[in-house]
Amino acid sequence: MKKLNKLVSVAVASAMVMAMMTGCGSDGNKSSGGTSDGNNGAATFKIGGIGPTTGGAALYGTNVQNAAQIAIDEINAAGGVNGYMLELNFQDDEHDAEKSVNAYNVLKDWGAQMIVGAVTSSPCIAVSEKTKEDNMFQITPSGSAVECVQYDNCFRICFSDPNQGEASAKYISENNLAEKVAIIYDSSDVYSSGIMESFVSGAASYNLNVVATEAFTADSKTDFSVQLQKAKDAGADMVFLPIYYQESSLILTQANAMGYAPTFFSCDGMDGILGVDNFDTKLAEGVMLLTPFAADAQDDLTVKFVSQYKERHNDTPNQFAADAYDAIYVIKAAIEKSGVTPDMSVSDICDKMKAAMLEINVEGLTTVGTGAGMSWNADGEVNKEPKAVKIVDGAYAGMD
Amino acid sequence: MSFLTYLINGISLGSVYALIALGYTMVYGIAKMLNFAHGDVIMIGAFTTYTICSTMGLPPIVGVLVAVVVCTVLGMAIEKIAYKPLRKASSSLAVLITAIGISYLLQNIALIIFGANSKSFTSIVSMEPIRLADGQINITGETVVTILSCIVIMIGLMLFINKTKAGQAMLAVSEDKGAAQLMGINVNGTIALTFAIGSALAAIAGVLLCSAYPSLTPYTGSMPGIKAFVAAVFGGIGSIPGAFIGGILLGIIEIFGKAYISSQMADAIVFGVLIVVLLVKPTGLLGKNIQEKV
Repeated sequence: MKKLNKLVSVAVASAMVMAMMTGCGSDGNKSSGGTSDGNNGAATFKIGGIGPTTGGAALYGTNVQNAAQIAIDEINAAGGVNGYMLELNFQDDEHDAEKSVNAYNVLKDWGAQMIVGAVTSSPCIAVSEKTKEDNMFQITPSGSAVECVQYDNCFRICFSDPNQGEASAKYISENNLAEKVAIIYDSSDVYSSGIMESFVSGAASYNLNVVATEAFTADSKTDFSVQLQKAKDAGADMVFLPIYYQESSLILTQANAMGYAPTFFSCDGMDGILGVDNFDTKLAEGVMLLTPFAADAQDDLTVKFVSQYKERHNDTPNQFAADAYDAIYVIKAAIEKSGVTPDMSVSDICDKMKAAMLEINVEGLTTVGTGAGMSWNADGEVNKEPKAVKIVDGAYAGMD
Repeated sequence: MSFLTYLINGISLGSVYALIALGYTMVYGIAKMLNFAHGDVIMIGAFTTYTICSTMGLPPIVGVLVAVVVCTVLGMAIEKIAYKPLRKASSSLAVLITAIGISYLLQNIALIIFGANSKSFTSIVSMEPIRLADGQINITGETVVTILSCIVIMIGLMLFINKTKAGQAMLAVSEDKGAAQLMGINVNGTIALTFAIGSALAAIAGVLLCSAYPSLTPYTGSMPGIKAFVAAVFGGIGSIPGAFIGGILLGIIEIFGKAYISSQMADAIVFGVLIVVLLVKPTGLLGKNIQEKV
């Protein structure tokens, strides 16, 4: 068993070295030197990253990896954090809980002092069990399930699934987007019903009028004509869709066929609607979704980040990239606030940083334009202003 | 007015169930086996049409014809490779489990070839919707075409079974395989023909299902397949008109349940009605009529 573990870690480590070399030339040498022995008291903070860079969710993981590297390179070029450099070692978990734990073990052998990740929810929960045991500081850019931050050493950049509901209600109300709102949600899905419940309670406190709440289940998600008809009959001028884009594409098609044209508002599950093969993007025109990042926003920070990302990877970054970029700057802020140094033990670093997390306020890509930064409570949940984008001419556009 | 809208939506959904149920009931009636892979053959048919029409840009009629051919060949191949060797197996459970296995196999093959991302199916029906009562009631072209196809296929199947030699052979096989063989009927050939027809119907059902509800994934066929199976049992499995009536009624009950009782409870209502019908009439609505059974 031990032999096998070693074999696996050697294989993974060599794969990692290759990835580093192809990914970002000069950094490859540095990290390959650090694979064998642990924390040797060097003047660098070793940050471990975990996320899917292959498989079905590869898009998420590669965005996080690339954006985190950009942030780290920026910080190092500007002189590091309190004079210490940052170093990233990113491991693939293929969006698999078991593989994410393997990745964590590899990173621990490498000498990681804190973890950025995991990118997706179920691996993130699995990794948090391990970081809890080791008392290692963990911050996930995008793990949105409630349990991702159930331990006090874990924090997140994105909203939790249910918090998106309240944030949506707040956003709709503050921007006067609708008079009467109908909800269509998937009652057989914990993500969807979680958002629905917090939206309904949020709607009460933000004086939104919810006129219809209609459900469907995984077993009956082809026909939405009744739900739409009921929303229409109730006079809803907005339909809130806390669901994934596959069903949303059907709802948009069917609403169009019946001549019902309310404003559609959705959460991050809608992200991807424009990528459905052969989908007529005209149907999604005017759809709004709660997402922390619009790549075409015109503020300096976003423009700088997007152009750098495009230059390095010839691709447009998504919200996962923005979350990861912010995660690295949050780590920077927490290190500065707590005054930890790389020669401290993992557990000491964690204790100091988690105390610092409750005091810092960081502005980043995901808060740009909201006029406020991010802060955290002891539950590890972020407190920040919600942001939304609108689909215009088949692309995301900022709302303001 | 909304009652009429719901009724039309129900018929529209039900006609899709009915079309799928026809294939189910056909195979069950003759081969006496539940082909749980039927829903996935539907999905393969839809993907074939999608590839021909949306990816290669050929006209819809070519897509439908190719899908029918592909599904027919696929259905016969499945029958030959997976079901035929088990026909003499001591328990009919073996074939049932194999059918479930085939269902997963097809889903995963589609997953590898086409990926998990959903695709938006371009409708093959270019008919304008019929608008009644100042546009308050909308009957889409897809609904009209699906119902017409259903009726044509139903009548065609009944004529085929009752008027042709091959159809009579099917009836004989369904009554008693052993006796049919003694009378010189090629039982294996007849069952293969049944699968060929059932799978060709699946191709048409797949195309019309995705035209009406244009989201295509490797799992698109499985749930409508199960609903259609329920419809077939509801109408009396093995009965061709039963499948049609069962499908339409199931669609209407589902939509009315959602509209007038609760959208959360829709599935519970549908299956509740099924249980009540089976308690009162265990053979389904038209199940008793053995002469109609194919």
